[in-house]
Amino acid sequence: MSKTITIDGKIIPFEDGQTIMDAAMAAGVYIPHLCHQPEFTPHGSCKLCTVNVNGRNCSACTFPALEGQDILNETEELIEDRKKITQMLFVEGNHFCPSCEKTGNCQLQAVAYHLNMLDNHFPLFYPDREVDASHAEVMIDHNRCIFCTLCVRASHEKDGKDVFAISGRGIHKHLIVNAKSGLLKDTDIDASDQAVHICPTGALLVKRTGYQVPIGERIYDHKQIDQVALAASGSRPVAALPPSMAVGTENIKHGE
Amino acid sequence: MYEHLETAENRDSLKRVVVDPVSRVEGHGKVTLLLDADNKVQQARLHIVEFRGFERFIQGRPYWELPVLVQRLCGICPVSHHLAAAKAIDQLVGIDPENLPVSADKLRRLLHFGQVLQSHALHFFHLSSPDLLFGFESDISKRSVIAVLAEYPDIGVQGVKLRKYGQEVIRMVSGKRIHGTGAIAGGMNKSLTKAERDYLLEDIDQMIAWSAASVALIKKVHCSNLPFYDEFATLRTNYLGLTKPDGALELYHGGIRAKNEHGETIIDHIDYCKYNDYIHEEVRSWTYMKFPYLLSLGQENGWYRVGPLARVNNCDYIDTPLAEAARVEFKAHSGEAMVHSTLAFHWTRLIEVLHCAESIKTLLNDPDIMGSDLVAQGEKRYEGIGVIEAPRGTLFHHYQVDENDIVTKANLIVSTTSNNMAMNESVRQVAAEYLSGRELTEPLLNNLEVAIRAYDPCLSCATHAVGKMPLQLELVDAEGKVIDKLIKHSDGQIERDNA
Repeated sequence: MSKTITIDGKIIPFEDGQTIMDAAMAAGVYIPHLCHQPEFTPHGSCKLCTVNVNGRNCSACTFPALEGQDILNETEELIEDRKKITQMLFVEGNHFCPSCEKTGNCQLQAVAYHLNMLDNHFPLFYPDREVDASHAEVMIDHNRCIFCTLCVRASHEKDGKDVFAISGRGIHKHLIVNAKSGLLKDTDIDASDQAVHICPTGALLVKRTGYQVPIGERIYDHKQIDQVALAASGSRPVAALPPSMAVGTENIKHGE
Repeated sequence: MYEHLETAENRDSLKRVVVDPVSRVEGHGKVTLLLDADNKVQQARLHIVEFRGFERFIQGRPYWELPVLVQRLCGICPVSHHLAAAKAIDQLVGIDPENLPVSADKLRRLLHFGQVLQSHALHFFHLSSPDLLFGFESDISKRSVIAVLAEYPDIGVQGVKLRKYGQEVIRMVSGKRIHGTGAIAGGMNKSLTKAERDYLLEDIDQMIAWSAASVALIKKVHCSNLPFYDEFATLRTNYLGLTKPDGALELYHGGIRAKNEHGETIIDHIDYCKYNDYIHEEVRSWTYMKFPYLLSLGQENGWYRVGPLARVNNCDYIDTPLAEAARVEFKAHSGEAMVHSTLAFHWTRLIEVLHCAESIKTLLNDPDIMGSDLVAQGEKRYEGIGVIEAPRGTLFHHYQVDENDIVTKANLIVSTTSNNMAMNESVRQVAAEYLSGRELTEPLLNNLEVAIRAYDPCLSCATHAVGKMPLQLELVDAEGKVIDKLIKHSDGQIERDNA
């Protein structure tokens, strides 16, 4: 008989070595997350996947699943906390969805829709951040970096390059590249590197490709982030949302 | 002409009347009048009081963002900014208009016809028809599209549906009714599916019929109020716009043509990439909007009007039959080479609505709009200029980029900017001829707004003179006495005036 945990009262099987996130996703239970990608070492930095395990809050992406855990995921309090975290991510950078080329394909935007985030709540910081367009093919827009370290991990673990790192602490935290000049053009990055394509926001981009995917064909035009994430993880299919819940764009079908 | 009313002497002794905000226009503007003891108008100005500054904050952004970023200038004519920027960035990837894939060119034209149709319909039916149907000095409760829908339901509903159709064209081509994507450097990101094409074809004949009816309506309104409609706020000016190589009306791409008040050609078939050799802009301290003029005629005489009146005046013919017949009738009514009536902007706007509806039908029946060859690419360039006939007139987008694809310089000459001098002159004229010496009432002041509204100004599009704008800063004490004054001149020099 397999071991189980419960999430919001639902019995979920798990195997030794799985995190709560792994077990939940495999069972078709979505826990919001930004810094987590199943193929990379968990980092636990964005805190969006915070769940309550036997009365104590912890990150689902780093916390191992253990027999007897009673986990709360979709509580009003946790959803509100996640919304606040997302709002803080928005105000800390410069995220202008209306003109951003990542719009419709952006996990930060999609998770904000999922959490029903309707405003920033907190005052915008308007930080003065640079665009590094020095490389011929790849661009960093630091305005949109949320320090998830996915590019750091992808470059190290998959590309074997160590192009990226996070430097500084607290509000001075920032993404740096492995070059004395501090410029992307002096690193060994290549447009085909996994690190370039892993960014959940529009901070790392392949140049001159923006807006090529028409509205209606972008990742989150017709599916919410939970549907997309669960489908990608290979878990069992989830029921489609009613059309009124569709996010990101208008329905392209005529006569709506 | 009433240039002397731009700045009055003894301003402190005059009574101030303000129309703020000017309503039923896009953006925020106000009119100020200074009156003497006999209520005679001594000064009349249209001030554009908002400031946008797009020219500055698109610097530092990658060029492929431009069509999507700059269209946020406006919610009424975003497609025009989208396409002007797209034409400019086509050049940055080495594609001139003649090298754009045929399908992309036709899809962009379809998108633009949808845009002009919806913007013109919005302006005529929603914003201006209350003035034209109920009278300029009618009761304020009647001066809205709601009253039009109540008293002239057929006209009101046709207007709403015409606009909706234009927006559906935009949605099918660019994904959204407002602020879609669509145009990318060197082409388009999608073509129309057969289902989308068929959906738009369903209603196009009805749209053509309603457009033709709206031309008949404005002709009736205009001609039954002669000579008032030919004289109200009317200016004998130069006109500027794009035309096709054969002189036909053109909205998407052509050479610059300017004619003077007698219909004589000033410039013709000018490559718009050389616009800087022909058009300059002047700044003044009391408004955020610049004043463009034709260099060859100088600041004083070189100003011109743009928009539907300029286009219909300037072109030799229109290449769709119903609109061409309407143009011939329109020109015949005045008996002059050029029609100068400011209220004739409305008539010409509706002739263009008809032209757009006819052109949309032609394009929808063209299989190229469902083609798959959508993007072309050439050799990188560092400067791009895109010019288009937006609903409100000729729109210039000019960008420079560096070797990293980042925008380093931008200049936008927005349609409404070109009509700035004319709108001010029309305001001064109405103030002098209809308001001066009379006890001012709210309905009477609407005459000023009717004059401005005829130009269909988009005030929020048109205010970008950052860094060049002369400004005056006054510190006033509790008694209203000026205790300090800083003046920034247009060359950037700052002077303190303690006099």
